[in-house]
Amino acid sequence: MIKLQEVNKYFGDHHVLKDINLTVAEGEKLVIIGPSGSGKSTTVRCMNFLEAPTSGQVIIDGEELTQKNKIQLVRRTSAMVFQSFNLYPHKTVLENLTLAPIKLQKLTKEEAIKKARKYLATVGLSEKENAYPSTLSGGQQQRVAIARALATERKIILFDEPTSALDPETVQEVLDVMIKLSKENITMVVVTHEMGFARVVADRVIFMDEGRIVEEGKPEHFFENPSEERTKLFLSKILR
Amino acid sequence: MFGEGFLRTIEVAALALILALVLGIIFGVISTSNNKVMRGLARVYVEFFQNTPLVIQVFFMYNGLAIAGLRLSVFVIGVLGVGIYHGAYVSEVVKTGITSISVGQVEAAKSQGFTYIQYMRYIILPQTIKIVLPPLTNQAVNLIKNTSVLAMISGFDLMYVADSWASSSLDYGPSYVFAGFLYFMLCFPLATWARKYEERLKHKDTARIPFDPSEEAVTC
Repeated sequence: MIKLQEVNKYFGDHHVLKDINLTVAEGEKLVIIGPSGSGKSTTVRCMNFLEAPTSGQVIIDGEELTQKNKIQLVRRTSAMVFQSFNLYPHKTVLENLTLAPIKLQKLTKEEAIKKARKYLATVGLSEKENAYPSTLSGGQQQRVAIARALATERKIILFDEPTSALDPETVQEVLDVMIKLSKENITMVVVTHEMGFARVVADRVIFMDEGRIVEEGKPEHFFENPSEERTKLFLSKILR
Repeated sequence: MFGEGFLRTIEVAALALILALVLGIIFGVISTSNNKVMRGLARVYVEFFQNTPLVIQVFFMYNGLAIAGLRLSVFVIGVLGVGIYHGAYVSEVVKTGITSISVGQVEAAKSQGFTYIQYMRYIILPQTIKIVLPPLTNQAVNLIKNTSVLAMISGFDLMYVADSWASSSLDYGPSYVFAGFLYFMLCFPLATWARKYEERLKHKDTARIPFDPSEEAVTC
């Protein structure tokens, strides 16, 4: 489904990703963990070409992602949920969900609204459809952002630290929605610090440090018996 | 006589404002693009028209273009001259508006598959309205007043009428005071309307504003 081959990324002189090789299978739930600055967000952002790799290839559904085809390919395959939600503030919740389906996927307004309501129900925010994002709590905004990603009905959803900007008391409501989603046949790639979530949801966990994939494996292996020193050190700090 | 001049001034101002908005949005958007050539083009346009006097630009169109064989009516020169001149200022206003929108908005739009033109139109520009409206109104007011440059090429606008009335009747004072009053009657309501609009937006943070440049132009 998603394949990164020998991906390298530089920001100026800074070597952020070093020879990343990674394959995500269809329907797989992949969780990427690691200290900040380890390149995990950049890895996910390369998967939809928000960052173009300096070298190497990103292959989606057997097709190489390039500057030329990125818009078409992204439009067909993936959606993204951001740390800071990035809802469109000038549009209502419902309009946030229907904009792309109407303008890009050429759905009629009625079809788009029907779909949007369905996914708002999925995230438990049906009663907020006419609210503007600024009137919602952080947790609610992120749930709307997830619904917006769902409403485009892509096979892949990329999550870039979806709970890092939230107040602690609203983290769980967002995680609950994501756990619910993980039961569907959607390919999910999640960058997160929520180890509890990783343990429940992940088919596979990847640990990154200093731009490299240090270790990967099943969550059980990871949390009970990691093989690499650096992984152990990181987990001991974060799990306590 | 004053009535005709007044109407002519309104016509020129309205059309020039539409032109200025269209040019301003196009060049404002271009000046934030990633394409260096496009950005350079916008820069040249803005710097050239901002840093030479409007009077000279209008004289050039009136006399210079005529020598080159292109004879434009005074009315067209008024619309083009004033429109292009203020377009440069509007472009800077639009550019500032766009750069004030958080980069996350662009990323969200890109991740959904919107193209550059699409996300400018549906997502970024509508959000800039609140920010650009006050400076834009200043531009509109200046633009109306600057149409008086037409008097220098016999434009039959309000200023020209005041000039000729003054010199034929020798009532210099009343003539210019009255012309000034008529300009005030145009500009003051506009400025007041914009101030109220801005207030309303501030109170209603969630207000929905459709993006339609022609709509603003009509109100002038």
